[in-house]
Amino acid sequence: MGDFDFGVIAGNLPFLMQGLQLSLLLTFLAVLGGIFFGTILALMRLSGILPLSLLAGTYVNLIRSVPLILVIFWFYFLVPLALGRPIGNFYSALIAFTLFEAAYFSEIIRAGIQSVRKGQVHAAQATGLNYWQTQRYIVLPQAFRNMIPILVTQGIILFQDTSLVFVVSLRDFMTVSSIVARTEGRLVEMYIFAALVYFAICFAGSLFVRRLQKASTI
Amino acid sequence: MDYNWNWGVLFTDPYLGWLIMGVQWTFAVALAAWVLALVVGILVGVGRTLPSRPISFICTAYVELFRNVPLLVQMFLWYFVMPEMVPENMGLWIKRDMPNPEYVTAVIALGLYTASRIAEQVRAGINAVGTGLTNAAYANGFSVGQTYRYILLPISFRLIVPPMTSEFLTIFKNSSLALTIGLLELTAQSQQIAEYTFNGFEAYTAATVIYVCIALLATIVMQVAERYTRIPGYMGSK
Amino acid sequence: MIEIENLSKWYGDFRVLTDCSTKVASGEVVVVCGPSGSGKSTLIKCVNGLEPAQKGRISVDGMEVMARGSDLTKLRARIGMVFQHFELYPHMTVRENLCLAQQKVLGRNRDEAVAKTEALLQRVGMAQHIDKHPGALSGGQQQRVAISRALAMDPIAMLFDEPTSALDPEMINEVLDVMVELAKEGMTMMVVTHEMGFARKVADRVVFMDAGAIVEDRPTEEFFGNPESDRAKDFLSKILNH
Repeated sequence: MGDFDFGVIAGNLPFLMQGLQLSLLLTFLAVLGGIFFGTILALMRLSGILPLSLLAGTYVNLIRSVPLILVIFWFYFLVPLALGRPIGNFYSALIAFTLFEAAYFSEIIRAGIQSVRKGQVHAAQATGLNYWQTQRYIVLPQAFRNMIPILVTQGIILFQDTSLVFVVSLRDFMTVSSIVARTEGRLVEMYIFAALVYFAICFAGSLFVRRLQKASTI
Repeated sequence: MDYNWNWGVLFTDPYLGWLIMGVQWTFAVALAAWVLALVVGILVGVGRTLPSRPISFICTAYVELFRNVPLLVQMFLWYFVMPEMVPENMGLWIKRDMPNPEYVTAVIALGLYTASRIAEQVRAGINAVGTGLTNAAYANGFSVGQTYRYILLPISFRLIVPPMTSEFLTIFKNSSLALTIGLLELTAQSQQIAEYTFNGFEAYTAATVIYVCIALLATIVMQVAERYTRIPGYMGSK
Repeated sequence: MIEIENLSKWYGDFRVLTDCSTKVASGEVVVVCGPSGSGKSTLIKCVNGLEPAQKGRISVDGMEVMARGSDLTKLRARIGMVFQHFELYPHMTVRENLCLAQQKVLGRNRDEAVAKTEALLQRVGMAQHIDKHPGALSGGQQQRVAISRALAMDPIAMLFDEPTSALDPEMINEVLDVMVELAKEGMTMMVVTHEMGFARKVADRVVFMDAGAIVEDRPTEEFFGNPESDRAKDFLSKILNH
């Protein structure tokens, strides 16, 4: 137990910070993209137009039954093939995460939309607002307000998920920690450090969610 | 798109064997981890709702700890770090003599991680039963143990069957993380086939189809369970 | 103004409306009453197409509501509706609640919409609450705002779906007063309500429903003075003897 050397962290701090930045950037962009496409998927599912809801439903259920790692492998294989040229690890990962998380976000958003009382839709329609106006001004604002805590929670899960880009060696915080661990021969220190950093960020995030929930129940 | 299709590759030796091996490992990891997760998860979840402060604090700490560190990191902690932290003899045994170290590690990591998620469902289920019934039970003269045994647990376990379905699916998906410590389960095998044959499309399709089948199977099993456990007229029942 | 002919509606196998026919002339006030579950709310929601019906015919100001391809949005913009649970938009202030459809549907500019809003709120005694959110108001206040929201569209007729049933007793009158006022000004109104005092005071006709069918449809005096059916007598004795 006596021969641990946590100095290895200080020595590699800039490298580690770069990794953390990439993790956070990937999380941020994938959350935005996931909510955007998730909203479209949710509206498609609730549209009442059979081909649209069937398409969206199939997509969501398909994505939700396979592991994220497999989806990452899929996109690393497919994206360059489809575009005819490599677009770099980061963009492949970003596309994979956005489309993967969109399925999960769409389920949250769908539940959020359904949580808006039917009377609100009736009231909006009764004043002559059309379908899109009703969604845009009445349903979605209320739905998103109800959903904010769950969306942030999903954002935290997404942040944890980004560690899986390790499997394609994209240099996020996890991969970078692992590189330092191996080159310096300090696996114990580095993985404990990685765990602490992830824990600090995610725990702070979940405390924030709890505050949001308290604020919304009053 | 310049691509050589060859679906036959999936059925040639040795690749078919690889896939079958992969499926077996996926099931072996997921099911063993599920048992561990259920036992620990129910204990921790019930513990969080107990009137005893120290117990509920420890259980809360467990959930927060395991929920807020990525599973991949936990996998590495169990695999690379844990043998260094235990007494030397034991560490040596783990590294040299423990059979199937990747498998055992994957089951422990996945099981204890999933336990934190199950604990949350159990707690939510117990809380959903509500203070009204709990007070009624205490007013009837039941002890804390009896209240849990006869009232809270039977009702809450029925309530949490649907969310448990999705946890059951998730454990199959998360078992793919075992590949990061070298266990060749389904996802790893499909990736290996893709690398050996350059038929990535076929290989990943095979894995995807198998995962979808597992998901369908698990959903059906849990739906049957839900039907048998439903309480007529109680919330969530139809 | 509003014509309903042989309207029938099913939820799956369950028939909620059976051959309902009635009319509301321009400037007329018609009260629809009956025991709960008799289909009154469903009937009134069919008038502006919020609930689809399977058989029969409804026309409002010459426009066919149930015809395929008829522009329901346009129709709804011309008929005001007030709901049992107010249904004010909780994420908007009172002002925004009233302005939204004026601007987005009628295309009024901001100043016109606000001016109209202020005038209407003044009228129902809610002007000082214009910047509040609905959650900060009492039920009676919310319902008065909801009535103003419907009036802001300059409707040709108003539909009221049990506007006072969700209110505490002491707040019922403040809402009924606004409705009586409206009736006296000659607004065409179709009102689902249990408030028989209101019906007596302003209704031209009373429609009594039971089990999805219209049992009586008669001038107010006649209905209260001499109800024909046993079911209406039974209903009146239960509701009036409290």
